[in-house]
Amino acid sequence: MRQTLFESLTHGPLTEAAPTADDAALAELAKSLEQNARRRLGRSLSIREVDAGSCNGCELEIHALNNAFYDLERFGLHFVASPRHADVLLVTGPVTKNMREALERTYRATPDPKWVVALGDCALDGGIFAGSYAVAGGVADVVPVDLHIRGCPPSPVAILKGLIALLQA
Amino acid sequence: MTSLREIVAQGRRIEAHRPWPRVVVTAEGWSAAADELAGGRATLLGLWGESGVPGVVHMAAITEDDNEIAVVSLECPLQTFPSVGALHPPAIRLERAIHSLHGLKPVGAADTRPWLDLGFWDVEFPLGTRLPAANPRPAYDFLPVEGENLHRIPVGPVHAGIIEPGHFRFTCAGETVARLEQRLGYVHKGIDSLMAGATIDRAAKLAARTSGDSTVAYGVAFARAVEAALDIEVPARANYLRALMAELERLANHFGDIGAICNDASFAIMHAHCGVLREQVLRAADACFGHRLMMDRVVPGGVAVDLRADAPAILQAALKIFRQRFPRLVELYDNTASLQDRTVSTGIVRPDYAKQFGAPGYVGRASGRAFDARKAIAYAPYDALDFTVPVLNAGDVNARVWIRIHEVEQSFALIEQIIARLPNGPITTPVDSSNNNGEGLGFAEGFRGDVLAAVRLENGRVAHCHLRDPSWFQWPLLETAIEGNIVADFPLCNKSFNCSYSGHDL
Repeated sequence: MRQTLFESLTHGPLTEAAPTADDAALAELAKSLEQNARRRLGRSLSIREVDAGSCNGCELEIHALNNAFYDLERFGLHFVASPRHADVLLVTGPVTKNMREALERTYRATPDPKWVVALGDCALDGGIFAGSYAVAGGVADVVPVDLHIRGCPPSPVAILKGLIALLQA
Repeated sequence: MTSLREIVAQGRRIEAHRPWPRVVVTAEGWSAAADELAGGRATLLGLWGESGVPGVVHMAAITEDDNEIAVVSLECPLQTFPSVGALHPPAIRLERAIHSLHGLKPVGAADTRPWLDLGFWDVEFPLGTRLPAANPRPAYDFLPVEGENLHRIPVGPVHAGIIEPGHFRFTCAGETVARLEQRLGYVHKGIDSLMAGATIDRAAKLAARTSGDSTVAYGVAFARAVEAALDIEVPARANYLRALMAELERLANHFGDIGAICNDASFAIMHAHCGVLREQVLRAADACFGHRLMMDRVVPGGVAVDLRADAPAILQAALKIFRQRFPRLVELYDNTASLQDRTVSTGIVRPDYAKQFGAPGYVGRASGRAFDARKAIAYAPYDALDFTVPVLNAGDVNARVWIRIHEVEQSFALIEQIIARLPNGPITTPVDSSNNNGEGLGFAEGFRGDVLAAVRLENGRVAHCHLRDPSWFQWPLLETAIEGNIVADFPLCNKSFNCSYSGHDL
């Protein structure tokens, strides 16, 4: 372990330069955001991730945000264990009918002001699973959405761009 | 006692089914097959329903002595079939799902509660003769637990971490878990229903999104089933590229999970370093195949993209880093007593359960079950590659970690062999699906275990497709593994299994 730790001190960090905010995301947020929400939430956001029916591909790339290359926490963004601690709900998947009530309850448990980010192509409109008897639709069909991040799954850089836009909007 | 081979010989053979036999049997034949499972002479590979007139139940099994695979089917004109779960517990959840989805009822089953149907759908039996759902739905009864001073902890469906949703009902005596009961189905998307009538291209995309962490494995299993149904061979280069993707997927998941297991024992440095290795695998995959998870890169008929010219160099550079860094992390794992204290003797899966359930992947191999579809079915190109299947007997979290460590080392060697022997030539065989009919069964060994795909094509479209995730035969064992452990060790046990919710819920 000592050798591994020493190496960490002598080698440079793996963390890469921050991407710039996604323009489309900024435009979408400008429409939905209130100035006083911005003032109250400041520049640090607590994120609660909710899988509302995804194939788990989006979760893998959200996990990657915490690795040394992307180092999400340097932006003041971090994941929390409870919706009661959260400013942002990061929701993936088509919302399945079996998860609709759980998502609604999670949304209600999150204190105002709050944002909802719908992550991935399925979260936009149900994606490839739209039309199934078991799928309620996209995230916006169940709770109000402030920002969509597209991709199947979106890469960690694409997710970062969207989340940084949240901080800058 | 009638052997599986005799049952197959006595049944009505479906000639369109490839490459293994499928036979329609009588209720006696069906029960005889269930006896083979219960007697341990065959292992259940899948049990699923198919709606139609009449409805049909299918059972896929593999013999223990010589790995012979067969599908036996029973027509259910009365919407009933003799329960397999009554004789063979691994079939219980599969049967409950068949009833909830198709309305086909297992006669003699002890547990008749719904499975996957959590009471939120508008209809009952969505894949069978649909009925409007009862309103209000009857409450779900968790199994009773009797004893003094027991308390219950309900967890989920929304969990504390970035993981998939499911419900866990713990009954505890103090800190010790007396019983865990799972309730799953929250991410049920109705993939079977979306498959029916889909084009082969669309069905392949659905298969690739059944469990995102195993997208390559699902892609290969589905493609092999379609290719079997159409009786086509894919070019050798395509098989090698599929194996390359499958081994990269295995590496990425094993790296990520070894770190995450240690993280659940509060040993964050392993998580940080393994996370870096995982990211480097995904970047290599992106550079070679144009997608970090390699989604939609496996297609029926071959693969969608060829390797870039500089791909071998990219992979060799990545392997060089892994071979340098990974052994040191293994040493760190092995030499940290506080970490071993958490993983050794925690969450033991009994070898007899692993055998009975046909536990796939590292869950089985850490408990003495040496099954690996890459060896047992030996599909191309694994029949021509050198690798070993590690097996341990302790069955605890530590053994599951070590199986993954050994599999990582095997995957290094496999990737090197694939790069060295990659044949030249085309990467696809044209799939002429127009007016083609046929049935196929396909397997692929994903990082988690063997994925089964059963496909029936009619007029070039998918008439029926069932995908069986390895998690079906792992989730129930997690319930047994946690018994007698403390609640605080559940995340550790759960992560060492890392079952798929989406793959199971379908």
